[in-house]
Amino acid sequence: MPGLGTSFGRGGATTFAMDMQHADCILIMGSNMAECHPVAFRWVMQAKTRAADPAALIHVDPRFTRTSAMADIYAPLRAGSDIVFLGALIRHVLEQHAPIFAKAERDLTARERFFRDYLVHYTNAATLIADDFQDTEELDGLFSGFDADKRKYDPTKWRYESEPPAEAPEEVTGEPGEGRPESFAARVAKLVGPRPTEDPSLEHPRCVFQILRQHYARYTPELVQQVCGTPPDTFLRVARTLVDNAGPDRTGAICYAVGWTQHTTGVQTIRAASILQLLLGNIGRAGGGILALRGHASIQGSTDIATLYNLHPGYLAAPSALAKHDTLVDYIDTETTPTSYWSNFPRFIVSQLKAWFGDDATTDNDYAYDYLPKSVGDHSHLPMFVAMHEGKIKGFFCIGQNPAVGGQNASFQREALARLDWLVVRDPYETETATFWKDSPEVNSGKLKTKDIDTEVFFLPAAAVPEMEGSFTNTQRLVQWHHKAADPPDDARSDIWFTVHLGRLLRERYAGSRLQRDRPIQALVWNYVDERANADWRIKDEPSAELILKEINGYEWTENKPLEGKPLASFGELADDGSTACGAWIYSGIFAPTAEHPGGHNHAANRSGDDWVALGWGFAWPANRRLMYNRASADLQGEPWPKEGRLAREHAQAGGPAMRGYVYWDAAAKRWSGLDVPDFVLTKPPTAKAQSDGVGLDYHSGTDPFIMKADGKGWLFVPQGLVDGPLPAHYEPYESPVRNAVYRQQTNPAALVWDIPGNAYAKVADPDYPHVLSTYRLTEHHTAGAMTRWLPWLAELQPELFCEMSPEHAQELGVENTGWVRIATPRGSIRARALVTGRIRPYRLKDRSVHHVGLPWHWGYKGVSTGDVANDLSALVGDPNVTIHEAKVFVCNVIKE
Amino acid sequence: MAEPVGFYTDTTVCIGCKACQVACHQWNDLPAGHGPPEDSPAGMRQTHESDLPRLSGNSYDNTGSFSDVNWRHVKFIEQFSADADRSEAAWLMMSDVCKHCASAPCLDVCPTGAIIRTEFDTVYIQEPACNGCRDCVSACPFGVIHMSERTGIAQKCTFCYDRLQQGLAPACAQACPTQSIRFGPLVELKKEAQVRLAQLHRQGLARAHLYGADDQILGGLNSFYLLVDKPEVYGLPSNPKVPSKSVVASTFWSIFTGLLVALGLLFQFRERTAVPPAEPPPPKEPRP
Repeated sequence: MPGLGTSFGRGGATTFAMDMQHADCILIMGSNMAECHPVAFRWVMQAKTRAADPAALIHVDPRFTRTSAMADIYAPLRAGSDIVFLGALIRHVLEQHAPIFAKAERDLTARERFFRDYLVHYTNAATLIADDFQDTEELDGLFSGFDADKRKYDPTKWRYESEPPAEAPEEVTGEPGEGRPESFAARVAKLVGPRPTEDPSLEHPRCVFQILRQHYARYTPELVQQVCGTPPDTFLRVARTLVDNAGPDRTGAICYAVGWTQHTTGVQTIRAASILQLLLGNIGRAGGGILALRGHASIQGSTDIATLYNLHPGYLAAPSALAKHDTLVDYIDTETTPTSYWSNFPRFIVSQLKAWFGDDATTDNDYAYDYLPKSVGDHSHLPMFVAMHEGKIKGFFCIGQNPAVGGQNASFQREALARLDWLVVRDPYETETATFWKDSPEVNSGKLKTKDIDTEVFFLPAAAVPEMEGSFTNTQRLVQWHHKAADPPDDARSDIWFTVHLGRLLRERYAGSRLQRDRPIQALVWNYVDERANADWRIKDEPSAELILKEINGYEWTENKPLEGKPLASFGELADDGSTACGAWIYSGIFAPTAEHPGGHNHAANRSGDDWVALGWGFAWPANRRLMYNRASADLQGEPWPKEGRLAREHAQAGGPAMRGYVYWDAAAKRWSGLDVPDFVLTKPPTAKAQSDGVGLDYHSGTDPFIMKADGKGWLFVPQGLVDGPLPAHYEPYESPVRNAVYRQQTNPAALVWDIPGNAYAKVADPDYPHVLSTYRLTEHHTAGAMTRWLPWLAELQPELFCEMSPEHAQELGVENTGWVRIATPRGSIRARALVTGRIRPYRLKDRSVHHVGLPWHWGYKGVSTGDVANDLSALVGDPNVTIHEAKVFVCNVIKE
Repeated sequence: MAEPVGFYTDTTVCIGCKACQVACHQWNDLPAGHGPPEDSPAGMRQTHESDLPRLSGNSYDNTGSFSDVNWRHVKFIEQFSADADRSEAAWLMMSDVCKHCASAPCLDVCPTGAIIRTEFDTVYIQEPACNGCRDCVSACPFGVIHMSERTGIAQKCTFCYDRLQQGLAPACAQACPTQSIRFGPLVELKKEAQVRLAQLHRQGLARAHLYGADDQILGGLNSFYLLVDKPEVYGLPSNPKVPSKSVVASTFWSIFTGLLVALGLLFQFRERTAVPPAEPPPPKEPRP
């Protein structure tokens, strides 16, 4: 989530699905929302069918999907050209805005004043960039700081220009025992750097606004036609609709999903959308925002309470041997942003160490910081499977995942599984990953022989959702509790049961050890089984999910009594002296005490809804806020913008609470008020001045809505936090049928590439692989199919793998509808039936026409409905920021079978 | 009698997710189908190794038609011109179901009275009273009713009669994420539909119209539709034939035939010495 995180401060959707009903325009791009998020799409349809002033719905996508069928405007675009389309939209908006800044104050209309105020005060448009920055315009597709040998950038070449010359930070090496509370606060204060230089007139050639104008000048509607294949009039209709629906009295939202992320330019594509929404004044606004649609029921939760190798729960960096993380003090110095809410970082990490290591975590041992292992490289999915393929990984727990079907270059991943010593698969069904050793395509073809595979495979039956307690964190950061309805059958157990009892057995094994290296496992707070809660169930040793929720929420630490202290009300109560324990600070408040439940109440189980903000339904992080950065829903003086004022009036008339806006400054009460939890210091007036030596939020003024950012601004230009450039620029997908028409640089220069046996790539414009291929999902199936292909009710609805192709393409190949075709890439080839449809079209580009084919990736060799594995075709190649693969676009050949 | 209820299906917001089909299977405990049944216009069943249907190739519709186990059927109509820019591009979707007609032909022809009108004004097959005669199958102008392969009894949407009795919405309407299938008192639904229709007309969608909301079609359909193309495009008859209209004539002929048979028997009894006919009776005509 660095796309949203670097732009706004937090790596989550800025808004929530129900708020879509108030949008005046919704752009869905990089998402097939109707098919993949049909429940959230309900609110999009409510906006579209609204009795008064219905919203315009725009879908931009390579395929005409069930989402396109609902859209007022469908704009086709060649897969992988999104940044050209978005860049041209950015250019269109910038050109609309430019004259505003040439006008005298008194000549501005209310609409122009809105854009001026939003840009100058809520974004970093006015900030100057240091003069050693060079744009892609000067370096033909590269930014300054690129090291071609290492294929890496030096991001210090994109930094802000500062007012006074930066003083060299005082060099202090961290020593164990230095982490006393007063020294943490003092250290953070020392980290405050010089204030960046600003030009509120936006005229300075090195201010972000002017850099943007130069950077996007070449992203014209004509370029869109040549690179994306989108008709110019369709593009202009989209651009005008977005602009017409932005301003003080109208807002528009953007919804995206993995159609944007699964690219070697995925993060930058989301950045482009962030820039667009900031320029349109749509972030922090009701009916605006960016809704990041997640692919699974709790995928947001799995980054919040991280299953990622490089993050701890609550988006705290995992200690790394490659960063200056040697001691707790080093780690805090490196990871703390002193001029934002992140100035509280020491409280977050100390409380987390306390939650995990309990009484072992003391001031004298840096709160057991050294108990944490340090990562030594990129251990995300793709590099992990490469290492497995090289025989470097011996054992693998596969839980809630089916890489034999869902992994990129799945054949490579199955071969990697065959080189493990042991593999544990937990799933309700025996998936392809559990049986790769006996019925995978490699075994059937003789490439692998069962007798030669030494991997010992343990298949453990997993409980289904209704058979356990727990929570889902959905796409809008909303945590919803689910109760246990029945015991799981036979030996099936919940994932919590497996993890907690595996930990228990390991702790028993190491109980007698006196080796220091075994101390972390002995010290773990691990007593999660609450036998009273299991009295009515067959399974008596099920851990309590609520007890874990309490640990996540945080509680007052009492010596020798882990998990027993009073739960915290919010992360505002966290301390950096070991007196509080908290598993994931961003979730703090989810188990806050109430008058009726002084020992803590599970707010995720709250079920008091309304049809909009619904603060009484579940719990949304942070602090139950539904719409983030909502300070921006009011003007500089804290008054609601006209749109929010109107919505609040209508909501009150319909029986909602009497509020004047979404979030606004209540001058009489001297505090921020509104329909949502204000995302701002509650009592900080809009007139508050920024304090240049202020620590944390004191550094920000009363008009800086982005409290997680070092300067309180939404970042149009990202001076730090990304590894492939401060601004989105178009690069072709790693495999593309055409040369880059925008710059000489063909692909993302920092893309992660694995040029290894078993993972061959096609050349640029490779005549053997002339077509563009996207993989995607259908409503009727879920991801790698383990929850749907075994279920006849769903399998009958989409019973077979198919390859969607245009009638023009089918005619060229002599293929008939439902006839068999073979699809090949340098990695492999599969068979599928052709689904010939006018919904797919050839793309006419600058000097050639390109066919696009689509493959759903749900099928595998197990289950009720079986078919070839579409991911056998895709490649191991990654975005440099997050190592996401590029399954949304690569090249292939198609022949008639 | 309770207030008459119905379905108003706004096809313009149907996203073709088929949640209604699955919810119907689940609530009514119906097994998955095997593709279009033999007696449906969609053609012969295509058996798959796993007993699932084959890929139909007909857009995203793989169940093909109503069947004894598919009481709901989501239709997909692709309307794309052949030019490179697809100057005409539309993908219509519609969740079809029993219309619960005001003058229900199936109810009219049912010889055993198994098909009844419930207190909710819906049309319901009482399974124990069905003798499997199939008259309702041919009477229905929408191809809704099919015979159960397991029990030989006529099958169709029950309007979730069991749920209605408990004050619950039918499973399909409950599951519909975009409120394309709306359930409620018929009077209310018709008002809602008129509002939506007027909105679409204001937006320039002149072809939008309601199907079955007035009494022109079989006296009115308790499951009526907002369509944006001709009914035939959705596989719906513009002016459905009512087989029950010929009931009077067929009744006359039945009585006439009966009289003839009686007359024949009378003669037979007179010729007590006559031997029984040597020929077996001719086989029954296969039903359409």
